[in-house]
Amino acid sequence: MSELREQIQQIISTEPVSVFIKGTPQLLMCGNSDRALRALRSADAPVTAVDVLPDPRIRQELSALSGWPTIPQIFIKGELIGGADIVEELQASGELQQRLDEALGTEREGTVKTAAL
Amino acid sequence: MTATEPLEALLRTAFPDASELAVDDRTGGGDHFQVTLSSGRFAGLSLVEQHRLVYDALAEPLADGSIHELRIRTRPQFERGATP
Repeated sequence: MSELREQIQQIISTEPVSVFIKGTPQLLMCGNSDRALRALRSADAPVTAVDVLPDPRIRQELSALSGWPTIPQIFIKGELIGGADIVEELQASGELQQRLDEALGTEREGTVKTAAL
Repeated sequence: MTATEPLEALLRTAFPDASELAVDDRTGGGDHFQVTLSSGRFAGLSLVEQHRLVYDALAEPLADGSIHELRIRTRPQFERGATP
């Protein structure tokens, strides 16, 4: 496995909620990354955001790992939750909150931090 | 030929039973699409698994860049008279 792929895998498996987006939470370059972050924020998710834009290999390695072709990609405790459409849908139905409660407990706080590759 | 027709054809082949199958060109630019699809193939699958089936059907246009952005809405299709 390439070093980059190992780093990505490390983030996915150790961060409570990891989100791979285009841009940074402060400067998003894609409407779908924005939709995903909004849904996660409204469910009080402790988000670790990773920008895939600095190097095209990030996206390639990420998709090779997850088998998911598009960005954003959202993981809770290592499990792929889906892209923007799915997190929005899960947020609207209350299921996102429920899955976060189950994975991380109800005492969590919604936060956004970034991790760089 | 419109930009949506080849995608509709791929989806029709992958989901011959689809009761609802629509591809909308969201921006008119021919590369941002909304797919709406109801099929029995989605029954019992998680949303991730459902979307994966759509990505599989559209693997070629996704890989060659003719789809720049794809939004997906899938629904399991229930037998007539069955309770969802």
